[in-house]
Amino acid sequence: MLPRLEARPEPSNTMRYASPLLAVALTLLGGLVIFATLGKSPIEGFRVFFLSPLKDAYGVSELFLKATPLMLIAVGLAVGFRANVWNIGAEGQYIIGAIAGGGVALYFEGNASLLLLPLMIVAGAIGGALWASIAALLKTRFNANEILVSLMLVYIAQLTVSWLVHGPWKDPEGFNFPQTKMFHDAAILPILVEGTRLNAAFLVALGILLAGYVFMHRSFMGFQMQVAGQAEAAARYAGFSAKRTIWTGLLAGGAMAGIAGMGEVAGPMGQLTEHVSNNYGFAAIIVAFVGRLNPVGIFFASLLMALLYLGGEQAQQYLGLPSSISKVFQGMLLFFLLGADVFVNYRLRWSGGKG
Amino acid sequence: MTNTAATAAPAAGRPRLEMRGIRKVYPAVVANDGIDLAVLPGEIHAVLGENGAGKSTLMKIIYGVTRPTEGEMIWEGQTIIPENPAHARSLGIGMVFQHFSLFETLTVVENVSLALPGAPELGYLARRIEKVSEKYGLPVDPRRLVHALSVGERQRVEIIRCLLQNPKLLIMDEPTSVLTPQAVRKLFETLRNLSGEGCSILYISHKLDEIQELCHTATVLRAGKVTGTCIPAQETPKSMARMMIGKDLPVPQHGAPAEGGEVRLRLAGLSHASDDPFGTDLKDIHLEVHSGEIVGIAGVSGNGQQELLYAVSGEEPLAEKHPVQILGAEAGRMRPGRRRRLGMGFVPEERLGRGAVPRMTLAENALLTAHRRNLVKKGLIDFAAVDVFAFECISKYDVKCGGPKAQAKSLSGGNLQKYIMGREILQQPKLLVVAQPTWGVDVGAAAFIRQALIDLRTAGTAILVISEELDELFEICDRIAVIAKGRLSPAKRTADTNVEEIGVWMSGMWPGAEADAEVQHAA
Repeated sequence: MLPRLEARPEPSNTMRYASPLLAVALTLLGGLVIFATLGKSPIEGFRVFFLSPLKDAYGVSELFLKATPLMLIAVGLAVGFRANVWNIGAEGQYIIGAIAGGGVALYFEGNASLLLLPLMIVAGAIGGALWASIAALLKTRFNANEILVSLMLVYIAQLTVSWLVHGPWKDPEGFNFPQTKMFHDAAILPILVEGTRLNAAFLVALGILLAGYVFMHRSFMGFQMQVAGQAEAAARYAGFSAKRTIWTGLLAGGAMAGIAGMGEVAGPMGQLTEHVSNNYGFAAIIVAFVGRLNPVGIFFASLLMALLYLGGEQAQQYLGLPSSISKVFQGMLLFFLLGADVFVNYRLRWSGGKG
Repeated sequence: MTNTAATAAPAAGRPRLEMRGIRKVYPAVVANDGIDLAVLPGEIHAVLGENGAGKSTLMKIIYGVTRPTEGEMIWEGQTIIPENPAHARSLGIGMVFQHFSLFETLTVVENVSLALPGAPELGYLARRIEKVSEKYGLPVDPRRLVHALSVGERQRVEIIRCLLQNPKLLIMDEPTSVLTPQAVRKLFETLRNLSGEGCSILYISHKLDEIQELCHTATVLRAGKVTGTCIPAQETPKSMARMMIGKDLPVPQHGAPAEGGEVRLRLAGLSHASDDPFGTDLKDIHLEVHSGEIVGIAGVSGNGQQELLYAVSGEEPLAEKHPVQILGAEAGRMRPGRRRRLGMGFVPEERLGRGAVPRMTLAENALLTAHRRNLVKKGLIDFAAVDVFAFECISKYDVKCGGPKAQAKSLSGGNLQKYIMGREILQQPKLLVVAQPTWGVDVGAAAFIRQALIDLRTAGTAILVISEELDELFEICDRIAVIAKGRLSPAKRTADTNVEEIGVWMSGMWPGAEADAEVQHAA
């Protein structure tokens, strides 16, 4: 009796939504096995990794803080992914957004206008969108693969921010550390809950999740992009523009990533450094898929991913595990999700006997 | 014994293939419910039935694609159930599918070699293919890539692939729908030769006149059960249709052609070089379609139909404006959306993936082209209005489905076609372009679709139909033109021509055709 994969007559909707949950469960299980093989108590590991980050209100606020850039980026990416526009370079767009938003803060240093923060948000969005538009331009003009172009632009963005903070934008009084001056108060996002680091970017992210939901599920443009993603010939037949789909998909991802980057420098960091990103741009790809490219799912998936970030930090501190433990969990989550997704279209058959 | 059939029926004896009490249960449906069938050596046996009657399931069981839930199969006296198609082929069973099973990125000869045991040498195989294709009148170049072949050409490859294996039983699923009348004659000769050589043939078709001409016996299925066995030569198409659908078939009512309607579509010297190296270049095509008439374009597939449709629909806009004029506007460079706004509707050949998005609901698929009917307000979709539209389309066009929320791919070909046709007609087009309106559609739905087209014409719409089914064109069209090698013949009034003449034209020989070619050559 060997199990055999058999194509389902049609994709299972139950499985489509059960698959992320299954992946989460398997990731937990895999985590316990890893703790055990590293000679740690699995129960202790589980407690430190998954429970201790949430033991108090501050921990919960940190969870929302970390989830903010993830949900912002993921919802922007989902707009493109649903249309088969594969923007893998959100990390770079995030960095350029941080540079643009931070640049505005530095340029208007000392200006206490209430318009400064909105201007920084717009600058971040435009910065990220501009970076993504390079991939869109090359894709629509020369049919260059947007996966490769957007990914390669990540490295250019990383080197750009590095050059800025080592060179022209370095804080003259910063003891030669590669970082800019701290932003002044008018350029820092207001804190939502006193005593925490949770800031207004979280509200912006929630608003964008809502806007993303309306765009993807209610708007005609969102519908057109979905058609383009599922059946290119049908989109052409209906007269939906393939170029507009590519542009919209990439610009949405770029703009949201840019806002996320701006939110990080104007939020918990308060300045621009070369470590502006914590791999949020890549982790958000996983978030988008675990969240089934749906804003509601993305909300919960970003909380989960944020927990993996926090748990990783805790595990470093209290279990003496290397910092890469977070990435191991991220990797497991993606791995198990892709595995579980097979069962959306296939089912197991225990066939033996007559075969 | 059927002396009227073109070939003498084989003598009674031990059947080559016998199916007993075959039952196949799928999660949602009982596809076969106790089917008995016997095929003698050399017998051409028709299996008749509407879409969804269980014909394909039965054939898949015989060919080893799927296994029956109950029942037994006796092949040359032995009880055996083929485990997979390779097993079936080794037994001597070949099948030509209605939906092709070819790899698009491979050449014809590579595709054929995959179905043969071992690893045949490709050069030698190519020559064998050429030989068989010549012998049976199925021209195809073995070195071409399959993706560049038309539907008709792909089917030829499938037929040749089977014939190369010298089968004892050949299953043919709707084989003639893409052939010229002359090619059908030739195929029938082939099949009769095969039958004379002792090869049994299971012939699935909805074309009752063909079955009557070719087949010795027929088994009729309805809703998974055998509703009758008959000798086609002793029946009429009408009586067989009644067995098949359980009631009489409506005959399309055709009013007198309207005269002097305004020109709604004008092709004025449309030439277009195909991007595809194996595509057909369109050469200086002239045609006018007036309001209140149906103009048909006949032709063997692969002669420029696809390219012409892309140029007319705007899916592949032209470099110049004037060759395509829609309601007086020079539309050559317009995209499909702008052409639709002028009042054009379009039903493409491929329903799933082009005319409809397979995994979207019928309501969402209504939105694909009918969004102009006030279904979108300020950029947002009015879902209630979409449902109303979809529901109207379903009920007016008698679409059998689970309602507006049913996925497009859950519908049978005929029902989806009725839905797409309904979606386009409900938008009240001034010009409707339809490709293969009834390809693979069961007789009941086909009659319904044809009647809908005629009614629309009578209401004043200009209609262009491109079809490979001559009978259909003669049934519904006011004028018929022929496309061959990218050129279009003059359109002739249907009443002034006949199947034989159009059949000759389909090979590119219409009066003045050669003169044209010479002019082109000199220029």
